[in-house]
Formats: sequence, C-alpha cells, structure tokens
Amino acid sequence: MNAGIKTLRIDGRDVSARADQTILQVARENDIFIPSLCYLEGLSPVGACRLCLVEVKGASRLLPACVTRVEEGMEVTTRSERLDAYRRMILELLFSERNHICSVCVSNGHCELQSLAERLNLTHVHFPYRYPRLPVDASHPRFVADHNRCILCTRCVRVCDEIEGAHTWDVMGRGIEARVITDLNQPWGESESCTSCGKCVHVCPTGALSEKGRSVAEMAKRRQFLPYLTMMRTQAR
Amino acid sequence: MSRMRLATIWLDGCSGCHMSFLDMDERLIELAGQLELVYSPLVDLKEFPEQVDVTLVEGAVGTSEDEEKLRHIRARTRILVALGDCAVTANVPAMRNPFGPQACLARAYQENATRNPGAPQDEVPRLQTRVRPLHEVVPVDVFVPGCPPSADVIFYVLQELLAGRVPDLAGRSRFGA
Repeated sequence: MNAGIKTLRIDGRDVSARADQTILQVARENDIFIPSLCYLEGLSPVGACRLCLVEVKGASRLLPACVTRVEEGMEVTTRSERLDAYRRMILELLFSERNHICSVCVSNGHCELQSLAERLNLTHVHFPYRYPRLPVDASHPRFVADHNRCILCTRCVRVCDEIEGAHTWDVMGRGIEARVITDLNQPWGESESCTSCGKCVHVCPTGALSEKGRSVAEMAKRRQFLPYLTMMRTQAR
Repeated sequence: MSRMRLATIWLDGCSGCHMSFLDMDERLIELAGQLELVYSPLVDLKEFPEQVDVTLVEGAVGTSEDEEKLRHIRARTRILVALGDCAVTANVPAMRNPFGPQACLARAYQENATRNPGAPQDEVPRLQTRVRPLHEVVPVDVFVPGCPPSADVIFYVLQELLAGRVPDLAGRSRFGA
C-alpha cells in the first residue's frame, strides 16, 4: 500500500488524501456531496450507476469518483449544470426502466433512489415509462425479492460474495434483460447456498429486497454493520 | 386586480390530492379572497369554463374520457398543474400497465365475481391500453409530486402562482411523499 499523501482540489477546496483513496472517499471525508447508488462503504466499488461522475481538469471525459484514485494536483468539480443534467437523466432512466411506485413501496421514505430524486430536484420523468412485467419472489421464509424495484446496483451480489462468502446472488442476462438471481436462477427459498443472513436485504438501496411482513414505508434498512465487518476482517488478516 | 380563476379536476386518482387540498383548512379562507373556484369536484358546475388561469389536475390518464377532458382543459387553461404522483408519474393506476386492461377487467369482473359476471361495456368509459402521466398527453407547466402532496405544498404552489411566479418544487415534495 502506498501511504503517500496527495493534495488535490475538490470544488475549489484544497484537500489532502492518502494515495490509495478514491475521489469519492476523499469527498465524503470532507463533507462534499457526490451522489451515488451502487457505491457502499465496505464493498468493492464497481462504477455501475454512473451517478458519481465528476469533471476532472485535463480529462477529456467524465470520471466515476468511486473508482478514480486521487492524483497530486488533481482539480475535481462535483457540481455543474452538465453533471446535474446527466445525474437527473440517470435517475429518470432508472425510474422509467422498472415499476418504482414509491407510494406503495415498502421502502417509501427510506429509499436511496427516492431521496436522491428529491435531492437532485427531479420532479418528473421525461422518458416514457416501460412498465415491464417482472416477478416478485416471496419463496424465502423471511425475505422478498421484488424485481420491480431493482436498479441492478449489485450491492446484494457483492455483500453476499465479499462479506458473507456465500455468493448466492449474481446477475443474469444482458442489458435491459439483466436481472439479479439467486443460485442458478432458482427461487430464493430453494437456494442451497443462501445462509439467510439478511445482509443483502439491508444493503439494498431500494425496496427490491425486503423483510417479509413489512408494509408500505416500514422497511428501513440497517447497514451500519458493514464498515465494522470489513474493518474487523481486514485487521484479522 | 381580478381574482385568479382556479379549477381543479380529478381523473384516474383516488381523490387523496383533493383531500390534501381541503387540508389547507383555515388557509382556504385566506385563498378564497384571492381566487375564484370556477370548476371542481368540490363545486356543482357541469361545464369546464373558458379562460381558466390555473387548473390543478389530480390523477393519471386511464380512459378515453380522461384524455378528452384533459385536452379540453388544456385548451382552456393558462397554467396546468400536475397535482400528485398519479398526474406526475401515473403511480398506482399504472400498476395495471404490465398486465393490460383485459386481464385487469377479467380479474375484477369475471374471476372474482360472485354474481352477474362480465365487465361493464357501454355505461363507463373504456380503459386505455396504458395509464399515462399527464405530460405524455399534453404539455404540463408545473409538476407537484407527492402521494398526496401535503397541504403546505399545495398552499405554497397556489401562493406562488398568485404572486405571478412559477413555483419551484425542488426539495419541497417527492415521489411517494
């Protein structure tokens, strides 16, 4: 690990960082808001949702802050009209892609997609909604997977693989047909690898994974455990 | 100055947004002095009038009648407000979209009917293939998300419109509310 210290500017502010840190990590440490959905502290970053795209001076394209390492003298812009427009567009595409009906969702009021839409001033979706017909898997005795609400952030896949070590979840299909699956696309309740630990449910940013018996707006997620688990394991090695 | 001519209408929705409108309570008296309610489910007028300044539209477009009404209103309204999630996103009424109207009618009027099965044919408007938010049918000027938007938000919207400003809903209400 390179323990060198880098100095860079984010939104005109001088900040210092360890050389192994990403722009997103440094921004969060300094209370600079960069929106994200697939990133979660304690899991490996994948740069999938593209919400954390930032402008870096000298770079010809926008860079995802969650997977871009800091560099000496870097000049990062996290807010601009262009970035706002792209971020709103990404959220609108997510809303139009599946059936996110906030008013009747278990995660209403506790959802990262919903609260980001509010924070980024999204008042309506310009794209026509797709209204796909998607399954709800309630075969597990304790949990429910509602594909209508899934944004394919793959937090469930990563937490199950990297933290629980079960790798029950994965992604099947490509593009618009992609879907998270349990085992070899078997019902969750019939999965032989699932340990029923519930980590996937609690890292899920929306109402896609929830505990059974939760009604509208009742599914608040508890994910404080994750950084501690990661820290303990890193130290144990 | 003449009072602002306000209309409200309720398409494919549950009336919850109108209940929220009534929840403005004593502020309604304050508003009554500044605006004239020219058409609404809350008043007994049959014809949507000409030259309406502001129309609050609750509900999505689910039937041919909804669409006709909305186009008629649009032509007679200066500022059209999509009030609430059904108007803004199609919300709960759109939950039938993945299945189609025939499957929904069959479930409601055939499979679960204990007597006289069969969907009504002529007495009620036909369901369209898809329920749509207002802005997929006509241009919308102001979007007020929320299920329902709170009375405070509706009051804010009307106050801003009365002051001749376009209300900025950023951070004031959200989908699902």
